[in-house]
Amino acid sequence: MYKNRRQLIHKTTMEAIHYDSIIIGAGPAGLTAGIYLSRAKAKTLILDSGIAGGQMILTHEIANYPGIESISGYELSNNMRVQARKFGCDMLSGISIAQIDFESEVKSLKLSNGKSFTADSIILATGGRSRMIGAPGETNFKGRGISYCATCDGDFFQDKEIAVIGGGNTALEEAVALTKYASKVTLIHQFDHFQGFKHAEEEARANEKIHIQLNSRVVSFNGNDKLKSITVENLLTHELTDIELDGVFIFIGYEANTDFLQGRCIRLNERQEIVTDDKLQTNVQGVFAAGDALAKRFRQITTAVSDGTIAALNALEHINQRKQKAAEAKAS
Amino acid sequence: MVLPTPLKHVETADELTKIISEKENVMVCCGRMGPMCIPVYGIMEELQDEYEHVEFRDMAFDSPEAHIIRNLPECSSFMGLPFTVYYKNGKVAAATSSIQNREQITSILDKEFGK
Repeated sequence: MYKNRRQLIHKTTMEAIHYDSIIIGAGPAGLTAGIYLSRAKAKTLILDSGIAGGQMILTHEIANYPGIESISGYELSNNMRVQARKFGCDMLSGISIAQIDFESEVKSLKLSNGKSFTADSIILATGGRSRMIGAPGETNFKGRGISYCATCDGDFFQDKEIAVIGGGNTALEEAVALTKYASKVTLIHQFDHFQGFKHAEEEARANEKIHIQLNSRVVSFNGNDKLKSITVENLLTHELTDIELDGVFIFIGYEANTDFLQGRCIRLNERQEIVTDDKLQTNVQGVFAAGDALAKRFRQITTAVSDGTIAALNALEHINQRKQKAAEAKAS
Repeated sequence: MVLPTPLKHVETADELTKIISEKENVMVCCGRMGPMCIPVYGIMEELQDEYEHVEFRDMAFDSPEAHIIRNLPECSSFMGLPFTVYYKNGKVAAATSSIQNREQITSILDKEFGK
């Protein structure tokens, strides 16, 4: 194992380094896989394009992780990272992958900085990211009226009129939470019903400050240096209406971080999520997947941790089988 | 009032004035310990070795002393934490609102301060 990042970078400028397993993604799934593999003495590397923690780090308070009454996403991420490191797991963050070859028995990948790695197994734990609406103006007004975090930015909208976009639990709960600050919250959803839990919907509907607009979608965000209005299309009549407001909070779910896998050998479904078998192995032998990038229904920290464990234990079995085969071939 | 991050902190307006007058390139992230701010502190921590010619600091948004950032004309339209300000020779070279990823941060650092 390499004692520090500098030593690892120096080594990788010379030659490709071989690992028993390389995990791509350092969210709860990737870190859990790293903990299990490195504790089992498998030489393990975790790569991440950002910093350790994934979506977990964006969670203000986690109150449903068994055995821990309340913890911040940052603290839980840090605990997992430290635990993985303690067992000898190498980690490189802030990387981008330039080239992959997962089809060969020995998997290889090259980073955009030129460093190369090989491995007996790969675990894809690339997670997800907040889905954007994609309407004109969305990028320009981020932080200037458009927000993706009610607890962070709610107090900028004291006594102001805002909209919340989305119809799941997060949108319903955050719309209610934002009524502590805003004078009016317009809850805009594209379907004719909400996808969230009944109790969350009932709470939103009972709140006098919340105005519900179903069958509608935002087609543009308008303003100059800050957001001034949104243009909303009624999806039944196709009528366009401008709503003047000060802020918009967007909670329309997540999408899988699998851009670098598109058009490659790994099978993805129509939502670009990774398809696996019950061992969490992809269609390519020795390549496993875990966490929010998987094709699955429920995406929680606990389910990511479970996936990471299953993927790691199956990867370990794969690694050991390869080692055994190599030893037998050598003996004969 | 300081944030519990591994970064060096700016505690007072005078301290910030001194740093930006003495150092050519300064990046200050003014926020809270919230989900949009923590990833930015983490990226700054990781970039410190790579950008030795830049001073990386954080500042607590809720400190009264943070008026020096909050009241900047460049931040007047900001409605999302953190407020991140890049100073070149004592003047604001760039400012961003809300969470930024590593690529967004390094592109500003490279453009304003050089690699």
